[in-house]
Amino acid sequence: MTLPSQPAVAAPAAPAGPHPTTVYLQQVSRWYGNVVAVNDVTMAIGPGVTGLLGPNGAGKSTLLHMMAGFLAPSSGAVTLGAERIWRNHQIYRSIGLVPEREAVYGFLTGWQFVLASAKLHKLPAPEAAAERAMNLVEMMGPAKDRRVDTYSKGMRQRVKVAAALVHDPAVLLLDEPFNGMDPRQRLHLMELVREMGASGRTVLFSSHILEEVERVAQHIEVLVAGRHAASGDFREIRRLMTDRPHVFFVRSSDDRRLAAALIADQAAGGVSLAEGGLEVRALDFRRFTWLLPRVARDAGVRLWQVSPADEDLESVFSYLISGNGSGRRPGGPPGPGGPPGPGGPAVPHADAPPAAGPLPAPPRSGGAA
Amino acid sequence: MNATIAAVTYRGMIGSRRIWLLVALPLIMVGLALLLRLTNQADEQLAVILMQRFAVGALLPLMGLIVGTGVIAREIEDGVIIYMLSKPIPRPVVAYTKLLVAVSLMIVFAAIPTFLAGYLMVGAESGVATGFFLGTAAGGIAYAAVFLLISVLTRYAVTIGVIYALIWEGLVGGIVPGARQFSIQQWTQSIADSVSSSPFFKADVPLGFAAVALIVVTLGAAIWSGQRLRSLSITGDD
Repeated sequence: MTLPSQPAVAAPAAPAGPHPTTVYLQQVSRWYGNVVAVNDVTMAIGPGVTGLLGPNGAGKSTLLHMMAGFLAPSSGAVTLGAERIWRNHQIYRSIGLVPEREAVYGFLTGWQFVLASAKLHKLPAPEAAAERAMNLVEMMGPAKDRRVDTYSKGMRQRVKVAAALVHDPAVLLLDEPFNGMDPRQRLHLMELVREMGASGRTVLFSSHILEEVERVAQHIEVLVAGRHAASGDFREIRRLMTDRPHVFFVRSSDDRRLAAALIADQAAGGVSLAEGGLEVRALDFRRFTWLLPRVARDAGVRLWQVSPADEDLESVFSYLISGNGSGRRPGGPPGPGGPPGPGGPAVPHADAPPAAGPLPAPPRSGGAA
Repeated sequence: MNATIAAVTYRGMIGSRRIWLLVALPLIMVGLALLLRLTNQADEQLAVILMQRFAVGALLPLMGLIVGTGVIAREIEDGVIIYMLSKPIPRPVVAYTKLLVAVSLMIVFAAIPTFLAGYLMVGAESGVATGFFLGTAAGGIAYAAVFLLISVLTRYAVTIGVIYALIWEGLVGGIVPGARQFSIQQWTQSIADSVSSSPFFKADVPLGFAAVALIVVTLGAAIWSGQRLRSLSITGDD
């Protein structure tokens, strides 16, 4: 599995103008009636692998479809380099798209589907291009001649990726690409995505699963409730997520005595009696999980249940944008002068809203890109 | 015209069981004509009634609906059209190619069976078979364009198409004399009437108006479809 590199984008050193394989979003909003799906997002997706992370319904797909030219921004501009994307079919020479929807032309075989993609791109040697793309996703076996509607979800996903790669695009957009894949296929696609990023291509994939992003992306953009919540190096954002205060639900043989012991020991930032147990706010995740059983033992209390009450992504992201974290540098998103490089700081945005939900629509004065 | 888009669209329309949707009605009409011929009941008057009521009144709008929406509405509905539109091909070319596919299917599954049914009943007598062949071909092209347009304008193409065919074409066009001027079925009959010398039918709409109307509607719907496809929005699941 080898990918030709992209010499034109191998050295992204301080470009004077827009980078030709960087997708720029400038104050992009998209609303449906009174519901805002994407709200005033500005970001630049440059060479390398970027993960677009956010809980379900955060607006990831909406944003990705605007980048792919299938949705007009209600206001703001989406461009690939200096070229506008909306209503510009020429950009598909540079963009490959893997949509989230499972449906494909089920009456075609996998090979016919990818070959048709190659022909639609008017490639000089469509068969060779289709064969290369099918090889990249390990689909050149007997299964290639089966109708797509007989494929498993993972196989469909692979031919969709092959069809998107058939013209060797400089920019690859993938919407929840690992859905439905078995672990082996998932690892293989992750490897492929990493290779594409390493070869200088711009790869953006959306996901609501932290671990997927962790394995593939150097750089992440976090979207919450349609707003750009954070931008930066994955490890930095991951640390913020782990080090945040955690809320645990605790059931024990004597909740009141345990609450008193926890407060006396200063093991918790706050303790409150909840229905059937205690709600404990831990300031330091590691210290608390180490301390809790010891405090309980010393107080002669048996622990029946300890479970995190806020482990879902919504809670994690809400924390990220709530302004409660310390030591985070507020700042604006990267501008069109150049994308943030891998390893850059995590930058939760100061202007992000505190919680998910419909937001008031901005005035309809902006034109589509 | 793009050969790959045409090939995929043909596969979608006539591949597997979907072909029976296209074949069933023409087979019934030709079978009926054959039965009348074999039982010696086929005469020119009956042939004209079959052409007017079955070929123009039922077969043509239904086939237009099946074909015009079939070439694109389902692809928009389930999102697979994204694989055609995410290519460096002008989107109007996608629309025009699909229209050409729809037109060819209308000729094969509506106009030619109409000619066959007419010819089986009365041969070349009074130009009935030829007249209705040309009429249904012209009407079929217009229907294909109109239903294609409805498909790219709304996600409820089939429902709106059925309402249009039944209420406007079938009911209003039949009852309100003025509305007949704006009925594809009436234009179809005008073309047929201009070729046929049969005394058993007389078109309500003048040929000149019908011919211009057919061209304007077909071209207008085709161009509008192409432009609409340029702005087609496809969203994800969130």
